Amino acid sequence: MRRKRLALGCTLVLMAAGLAWAQKEKSLDSGKKAGLYAELAQAPEKARARRNPLESDPDALPAGRKLFERHCAQCHGETGEGTKKAPSLRAPEVLGATPGTLFWVMTNGVVRSGMPVWSKLPEAQRWQIVRFVKSLGPAPPVKPEPTSPPR
Amino acid sequence: MGSSSRISLRILPTCAFALFLAHSLAAQERPYFITYNHYLEEPGTLEVSLNSTFGTQRAANRFFSYWTEFEYGVNAWWTTEFYLDGQSTIHDSTIFTGYRWENRFRPLKREHWINPVLYVEFENINGADRTLLEVVGHDTEADSAEINGDARKERKREIELKLLLSSSFKGWNLSENIIAEKNLTSSPWEFGYALGASRPLALKASAKRCNLCRENFAAGVEMYGGLGDRYRFGLKDTSHYLAPLLAWNFPSGTSLRVSPGFGLNGNSHRFLLRWSISREFSGFGSAVRRLFAERP
Repeated sequence: MRRKRLALGCTLVLMAAGLAWAQKEKSLDSGKKAGLYAELAQAPEKARARRNPLESDPDALPAGRKLFERHCAQCHGETGEGTKKAPSLRAPEVLGATPGTLFWVMTNGVVRSGMPVWSKLPEAQRWQIVRFVKSLGPAPPVKPEPTSPPR
Repeated sequence: MGSSSRISLRILPTCAFALFLAHSLAAQERPYFITYNHYLEEPGTLEVSLNSTFGTQRAANRFFSYWTEFEYGVNAWWTTEFYLDGQSTIHDSTIFTGYRWENRFRPLKREHWINPVLYVEFENINGADRTLLEVVGHDTEADSAEINGDARKERKREIELKLLLSSSFKGWNLSENIIAEKNLTSSPWEFGYALGASRPLALKASAKRCNLCRENFAAGVEMYGGLGDRYRFGLKDTSHYLAPLLAWNFPSGTSLRVSPGFGLNGNSHRFLLRWSISREFSGFGSAVRRLFAERP
């Protein structure tokens, strides 16, 4: 009985320690970003070749924008420009990806890097989001910081 | 004042402030009460949920049980959840019945036809707990007939393991849970099951922003019950329930769920009515970290 309690106590302590460790702030460095974009290349050929069935649906874009704001903007930014948590969706890697590739990544997530699977959304809603993401253009160029005049 | 009370007084305002800093997020709450699917909480998001069950009993008074859930997405493959349970029996009393700590782990990194998730829970509750969050072994309606004063004397320190299997197909979610539970002090391993099927009322999102759009609703059904224990495995002397359910996910981040449950045999409560309200706070983890971060 005492041994069981000890084992249980150790397990609880280990899990709590794991929880604390897992919460360390992990901002995206360039290496990790490259790894996330590399996930796009993992999409199987069949998935990559899939066409967006809602491509010509006029409601797909506004509906996709609405879904993006609800589910994606928290990590990818309001306009998909990326945040500390998730990479930009306006990078050349994403702009060059096929709709099928984006759909595949959204469905499977990048679980080890922090992106959850989004198959909880029905397939049609994922295609609506893809339609919106594909409508995002490249990120506007960053304006250089104004330099202070010499005194 | 004890040291634990002092710690609570420090932690509570911190958590409240972190909730204030966090943003509410459109909830995509699982529609089930008992069955789990393979979807975990989004990383860094806290979901606070208030739940209740009203139950009828043939040989005792009706009861309301309550549980508060704090569900947190540690990362994309680990969700942890803490529960506080209580119960009120009509013409008897209202009591706190204990706490639970559960963890769900996703072992596979991609989606498959069937997606497994491993579930581990420790619960420290007393015999008066009537949340009926899992029905295992030879649990029957008669177990809940005892008055609170007597029932609370029984302490249950239990480990619960579940294998959660879940699939998504054409908008439907089909989930199967296999449950094994062990009281750490005595009692053999007890077994149970939970099955669920659900679907949003609309698969495509509408272009307009609305609370009453069909895509915000999900309907389904779940069935759960006991499978005996290590010595008497099977359906004999077990209880089973069938429960239709409806979930409403508001775009503002709040979810409502309701589920009337019906006992399928003489060992089951005739009727259970469950309901819940929950809200997700995204960025809760980051908000807490910011509070404890070093000043530049």
